[in-house]
Amino acid sequence: MTTVPEPLDRRFREAAASAGLLDVAYDYADSPVGRLLVAASNRGLCMISYDPEPDRELDWLSASFGARVLRSPGPVDLARRELDEYFEGERREFDLRVDLTPLPGFQRTVLEELVRIPYGHVDTYGGLARRIGKPQAARAVGGALNRNPIPIVVPCHRIVGAGGRLTGYAGGLERKQALLGLEGALLA
Amino acid sequence: MEAVAQRPPFERFYEERKDEIFGYLVRLLGRQAAEDAFQETFLRALRAYGKLTHGRHLRAWAFTIATRVAIDVRRRPTAATNEAPEVPVVDRRPAYAELEHLADRLPPAERAAVVLRYGYDLSYDDIGAALGSSAEAARAAASSGVRRLRRKETT
Repeated sequence: MTTVPEPLDRRFREAAASAGLLDVAYDYADSPVGRLLVAASNRGLCMISYDPEPDRELDWLSASFGARVLRSPGPVDLARRELDEYFEGERREFDLRVDLTPLPGFQRTVLEELVRIPYGHVDTYGGLARRIGKPQAARAVGGALNRNPIPIVVPCHRIVGAGGRLTGYAGGLERKQALLGLEGALLA
Repeated sequence: MEAVAQRPPFERFYEERKDEIFGYLVRLLGRQAAEDAFQETFLRALRAYGKLTHGRHLRAWAFTIATRVAIDVRRRPTAATNEAPEVPVVDRRPAYAELEHLADRLPPAERAAVVLRYGYDLSYDDIGAALGSSAEAARAAASSGVRRLRRKETT
């Protein structure tokens, strides 16, 4: 069977992105917390996924942003570079635009507020609930964080349990610990 | 509720189809022209993909686009090529495989009909759609193509 030569495959993927024909472009990035799938829509970074099983991620991206989802490195280069700088300790804030448009309103509110918690700081679920004016909603805030599609850049690792306990993290507690350790925010 | 076959993410469609479509284009156009036609085929597919309302018949749809691109390429005077198309190493239809090296001398539509039918087992309905005609016309094109090939072989 004839197979597509690699340079031809790459050329098509680049052409598709530069012609503006994609709803979402994605690629993989290696990081100290494992391999990440990084995806961008036309409006900005829309997904970072730990332990990617591409079928699952692609289905979600396709349902959320449109079916024209293609692996193409160009549109996610900037995000990968900023992630590298972050993991090297050279970047404390991301300059990336993020796209949270497919998310339900409450979850967006939570995640947009979360972005204001600075590097190296932490808050609690209850604290974040108060910040958005819903002091009773700590549990719902936890649910919204658990389904955060853009961890690291939308820093749900900066939310800890009351009393500073490291509680659940969709990417696993070891990763949460690693990210907080990198930021110098590790709690006793 | 019966599930409607959804369009898969384009990446999955592309990965499933790219080698077969490239092989088809190589058969129709030769290696070099096939490379340009390959990119054009999947860019056209991508342009249309957003408007597809379901995920049925995607294989035939991909062949349709590739066929149209190939016919356009062969009609462009500057793209005329004397390069011999690659003869596939394995073919499920040896009788056709023995004739295929002659197929580049057929008119583009006949050639596409012959290759789609005997090289890829597409139905005449799908071939008719690919050629922008009917199943009957596709059947006629394929059989006239094969007759012409047999004659070429004996001359």
